[in-house]
Amino acid sequence: MLIFEQSKANRFNRAQQPGEAVDLNKIPTEFRRQQSAEMPAVSELQAVRHYTRLSQKNFSIDTHFYPLGSCTMKYNPRACNSLAMQANFLGHHPLTPASHGQGFLQCVYELQEILKEATGMKGVSMQPMAGAQGEFAGLAMIRAYHDTRGDEGRTEILCPDAAHGTNPATAIMCGYTVCEIPTGDDGDVDLEALKAVVGPQTAGIMLTNPSTLGVFDRNIKEIANVVHAAGGLLYYDGANLNAILGKVKPGDMGFDVIHINLHKTFSTPHGGGGPGSGPVGVGERLLPFMPVPVVAKTDSNYRWLTEKDAPQSIGRLSANMGNSGIVLRAYIYARMLGREGMERVADYATLNANYLMVKLIEAGFEVALPERRATHEFIVTLKKLTKETGVSAMDVAKRLLDYGYHAPTTYFPLIVPECLLIEPTETESKEEIDGFVAALLAVKQEAYEDPDKVKSAPHTLPVKRLDDVRAARKPDLRWQATEKQKG
Amino acid sequence: MSNTPNELFYTQSHEWVRIEDDGSVTVGISEHAQALLGDMVFIELPEIDSELDVGQDCAVIESVKAASDIYSPVAGTVIAINEALEDAPETINSDAYGEGWIFKLQPASLSDVRELMSAEEYSALITEDED
Repeated sequence: MLIFEQSKANRFNRAQQPGEAVDLNKIPTEFRRQQSAEMPAVSELQAVRHYTRLSQKNFSIDTHFYPLGSCTMKYNPRACNSLAMQANFLGHHPLTPASHGQGFLQCVYELQEILKEATGMKGVSMQPMAGAQGEFAGLAMIRAYHDTRGDEGRTEILCPDAAHGTNPATAIMCGYTVCEIPTGDDGDVDLEALKAVVGPQTAGIMLTNPSTLGVFDRNIKEIANVVHAAGGLLYYDGANLNAILGKVKPGDMGFDVIHINLHKTFSTPHGGGGPGSGPVGVGERLLPFMPVPVVAKTDSNYRWLTEKDAPQSIGRLSANMGNSGIVLRAYIYARMLGREGMERVADYATLNANYLMVKLIEAGFEVALPERRATHEFIVTLKKLTKETGVSAMDVAKRLLDYGYHAPTTYFPLIVPECLLIEPTETESKEEIDGFVAALLAVKQEAYEDPDKVKSAPHTLPVKRLDDVRAARKPDLRWQATEKQKG
Repeated sequence: MSNTPNELFYTQSHEWVRIEDDGSVTVGISEHAQALLGDMVFIELPEIDSELDVGQDCAVIESVKAASDIYSPVAGTVIAINEALEDAPETINSDAYGEGWIFKLQPASLSDVRELMSAEEYSALITEDED
């Protein structure tokens, strides 16, 4: 039931009312609404119950194993949240003079330094407000670099066919055309195909390593050489950084620019509208173009560097210093881990993924690249199951919900048929992973014995199988009161 | 086993091509491709008069599973597009080789078309795919 449907005219509660009376006369008439906003009229208790019930219907890290591949749905320690929520942080106004905000600036500066060290880059800017903006900033810097050198005619960005959809989308946003590079049968980028398409039109390549196929591209050095020799730059999509944290640095692989999804690797909120943060790191060549402001340290003083200090900067991406509350959470997480902790993140993310992969192979599941070691995630293909029973990867995903597991990513990457992309992350226990294997096995057995049960899942959730075709063709996104509900 | 009409030509990327009496060609996606993609929800058609190279991405179809590019099977000029698909992309699911056609090309050379895969070759390819 929607909260609007519980609404009764003239019912109200004080909890949601403004603390002070608002004088409407101060708002010019043309900006005042002429009709009621038709907010739900419910009691405080009704509102509390409604939202508590809704939260209980959710699948979340706090309630369920959530092996959503390529999303790194790991547990965010509560401490990151509570420390960042201290009153002195919350009360810090973005326009406070640097001399009065040294503590906050120190946190940002130290996080910049930690991320530089962890990624092997020469500079880091915490400016981008989310991963997508980080990608945009990265390509904008690549463009600025070529433009500054008068190197016109570099109009093309290369993307492997296993790339996240955001990569080609970013390239188009930045005014480039996209050239797709195929993946070889072994899961690495097809080097010969790459060599055939690089040239004077190549502005750069966007790569995720480890890739979305869950393998580390062994030819990364050669890819870097080929692209650099053609005059292009290398962009690292930090989506899968969790797998290599503290082990391998994108800077050492030859990347010129990187964005980091703090929510995947550094314990900031996943989804739900964020807020996000997508810091960018750059190598020597792109250092002058970094988005500002960034924090610099002179002796023991911290200050903001602005356009005045970095005249070639691509500029600002937000009014102030990015999503500062999110930056703080990542800083706290990074400090709690320390250097050794970061290595353990990669160790256990990889161990959990490989343990789960081997258990599933033993249970008779087919993985996409069985001869390769998984990094932090791997792909199961249900092609055989679909052919023999008619039960699809999507059906299996829905049925897993009945068993109390959030489904893995389905139908991505697109190049593997009927696939589940599974990423357990480092924060899950062996028992949890074993339970997931048992559930997948049970669903597989059901697919042979009672396929309709799987095809019509979920059966135990408040919302049953959604009509995703109708939802996509005729989206109905707005609630409208009927005359009766208007009272 | 998917239907692959004998009179059509096929590509590795699952487009089909029919040579019309006037020397133009009609392009769509195979029944196998629509089955893999699932229910179609959106299509972006090429522009009339656009000049296409062989293998150039020229249209996008989106299903509940994925968005996929459509590639031009041969070089040529777009002379017609199936606008009815914009309101009813599901026609590709129900009639891939008929009402579900996507666009028509005036090909640079008809011999390019004849070099594409035959129904027999394409059937072999997708059988291999399915195993």
